[in-house]
Amino acid sequence: MTKAEIAEAIYSHLGGFSKRETADIVDIVFDTMKDTLARGENLKISGFGSFLARDKHARRGRNPQTGSEITITARRVVTFKLSQVLKKRING
Amino acid sequence: MTKSELIEAVAARSNLPKKRAEEVVNCIFSSLTESLLREERIEIRGFGSFSIKSYRPYKGRNPKTGDTVSVRAKKSIHFKVGKELKERVNDVD
Repeated sequence: MTKAEIAEAIYSHLGGFSKRETADIVDIVFDTMKDTLARGENLKISGFGSFLARDKHARRGRNPQTGSEITITARRVVTFKLSQVLKKRING
Repeated sequence: MTKSELIEAVAARSNLPKKRAEEVVNCIFSSLTESLLREERIEIRGFGSFSIKSYRPYKGRNPKTGDTVSVRAKKSIHFKVGKELKERVNDVD
């Protein structure tokens, strides 16, 4: 599934939007989600899952290709945790 | 941010009535959910992709007691962060 298909679903399920408007609104929703995570804020969608902005400390690592030791810098990453409800539905 | 806060933010940004923004956000997440239930991969450019991982049944151990337990086949969702989001999140300002 792609953004275009999501826009198509909104167009056919909700009505009252032009195809152009549905494409724009899908972009607004994902942009808002990205902005939230970029601020370091978590995003919790009940029944779907949580997107977590997690801060990782710097750590020692190895370049797997050369074996040389390197420092992996501190960084913020996004992780996704599936909701228990959806987890059960997928395994149901 | 919760789903209702997302709905409010979307309403403010799009100039849609809150009720309408709610329908849109709900429609998006139900489309995503249905796609995952069909075991269909999702790719949202710039945001990330969701793929379904199937695990075969295996013999595991209860780490506390050491007893062998059988773990049933299960499915899980893997989310891979998109390039744009990954870069924006890590861009400490």
